[in-house]
Amino acid sequence: MNHQPTPQTGKEKNPNLKKISGIKMESIGVLMTCPMHKYLEQQLETHFNLFKLWHCNSSITEFLKTHQGNTIRAVVGDTNIGADAELIASFPNLEIVASYSVGLDKIDLRKCEEKGIRVANTPDVLTDDVADLAIGLILGVLRRICASDEYVRIGKWKDADFGLATKFSGKSVGIVGLGRIGTAIAKRAEAFGCSISYFSRSQKPFANYKFYSNIIDLATSCQILIVACALTEETRHIINREVIDALGPKGILINIGRGAHVDETELVSALLEGRLGGAGLDVYENEPEVPEELLGLGNVVLQPHVGSDTVETSDAMADLVISNLKAHFSNKPLLTPVI
Amino acid sequence: MAESTDCHKAQQDCPKVLILKPIPFINLVGEQYFASNKFTFLEAYDSSLPLHQFLSTHSPSIKAILSSVGAPPITADILHLLPEVGLVVTTSVGLNQVDLLECRRRGIKVANAGSIFSDDVADFAVGLLIDVLRKVSASDGYVRKGLWATKGDYPLGSKLGGKRIGIVGLGNIGFAVAKRLEAFRCSISYNSRKRKPHVSYPFYESVCELAANCDVLVICCELTDQTHHMINKEVLSALGKEGVIVNIGRGAIIHEKEMVQCLVQGEIAGAGLDVFENEPDVPLELFAMDNVVLSPHVAVFTPESFLDLRDLVVGNLEAFFSNKPLLSKFGDW
Repeated sequence: MNHQPTPQTGKEKNPNLKKISGIKMESIGVLMTCPMHKYLEQQLETHFNLFKLWHCNSSITEFLKTHQGNTIRAVVGDTNIGADAELIASFPNLEIVASYSVGLDKIDLRKCEEKGIRVANTPDVLTDDVADLAIGLILGVLRRICASDEYVRIGKWKDADFGLATKFSGKSVGIVGLGRIGTAIAKRAEAFGCSISYFSRSQKPFANYKFYSNIIDLATSCQILIVACALTEETRHIINREVIDALGPKGILINIGRGAHVDETELVSALLEGRLGGAGLDVYENEPEVPEELLGLGNVVLQPHVGSDTVETSDAMADLVISNLKAHFSNKPLLTPVI
Repeated sequence: MAESTDCHKAQQDCPKVLILKPIPFINLVGEQYFASNKFTFLEAYDSSLPLHQFLSTHSPSIKAILSSVGAPPITADILHLLPEVGLVVTTSVGLNQVDLLECRRRGIKVANAGSIFSDDVADFAVGLLIDVLRKVSASDGYVRKGLWATKGDYPLGSKLGGKRIGIVGLGNIGFAVAKRLEAFRCSISYNSRKRKPHVSYPFYESVCELAANCDVLVICCELTDQTHHMINKEVLSALGKEGVIVNIGRGAIIHEKEMVQCLVQGEIAGAGLDVFENEPDVPLELFAMDNVVLSPHVAVFTPESFLDLRDLVVGNLEAFFSNKPLLSKFGDW
């Protein structure tokens, strides 16, 4: 999702307040919604007047008991806690929401647009890592790498043969959402000789892959289905029982999007009943809760939402958040604006 | 009616193909898929006779040997007991378990697994590398133990993109690994016995120099006298504290004791290992490490590779017994 930046509307803010000569940036109140990354926290503390919502039990109500709501001019949120209508309403001087994520599903974009609040995210810097993990999940599931590591560690190698896995090279890959991340996944899968097809809101003119306007047709045609789209009202539970059945008992589902993309109950029963061959999941409907039934399965790989969790990318995302905030409060264009 | 060429129906016995130890691959595919009208298998391990006696007894009918990884090596001693053998077929690409000099001296043909495994092995190498850098197996275990909810986020991994990959041995497998990792925005360089013409990747004369200029070493070469323990403390120190090693070649290419010490002392950052010096024994120190990913020598274990191997093994044997050219001949004799 990539909105074009719109001019500020609604409540007129006094532009003089933003000039560096008037107010020092270190006094600008920034609310961080939850612990995300120590380096980001340190940078925010250095450059701004940082408030940490988790010191008030992550409750806005509690925060407002001891802090003035109009102190906060910026919010830094992430995939756990963003900026919903309640938060936005609580901070009348809120000017910008800088998300430590590329996904915007935790931000009430309509409210932000209505109130003239800028929104920035962290696209591009995390594309490689998320795409790498998608391939890592495919190999983990198909080649049973995680299972084989466990097998060796518990001493089973001496007793029995591990058995066969499934080849990855040359398999058919279907991508739901051919954005930055979907395209990066496609490029990598191509290096393994995979055929690529995709489902998207609209056909991409630059993409040399087969387009399906119907996700069931995509699932029927491919063996590995990868969810890489943004979470919106339209894409919630886009992977439902029908899609899972179309993917079939030899099919693998990989989710590096959002947990809510997949009807988790249907996914679990399909795996337990053998109607789906396997799954590689980085996201879940109710993180950090993971359906208990999955914990004992050998044909799934479970990751704790680590798509962009490398030292390099976490730092790069943090730098981008800081740069967007500094740009805004210096009256300069945002580097990665959404609104 | 045409004369039958089925040796099972002929007056003479079928030529025998000797197997010294059960071959997991045959069991996994199914013995029935190796049936041929040109030969029959002779399993030495089924007999109560000591091996030398067994071989002497059956030597007149043993015309070929099917050798596999982990089975007794095909030494000059064994070959001396088998004067009728004209072919050794291996189920592996590597031939370190066969006395090639003796085969050449005797004019015994050799056929290996050619390049049929390259894709699967390269895929596995990439999978091991992503797992080590991104802690996939370790964090999968973390989730399964319920720790994500109780202990919070797992420690950060390391980005694959931009890493400098050093391929040790740029054969079919090494090349397949390189092509894949290029798509992840890695840069590739290599060390091989000789520089490869028409290859644009930077070449390093010594494996130590390669290690000093890379973040990751992927071992894709054969095990020979020259490569035995080639990856030692010196090479690993050159690779450095942030360095990662992946081995899908043979365990003995790495000096295992020294590698374990380097891992214990944090001299390198991690390892992805499919092979070990003394399989199925794995150094116990590795079991406690979450920066190491271990697999039981399964880089070729997919049904696709096994069916391709079945076709190749049976194809080579049938070609030999029909006086036709071998499908995957090794060597120039």
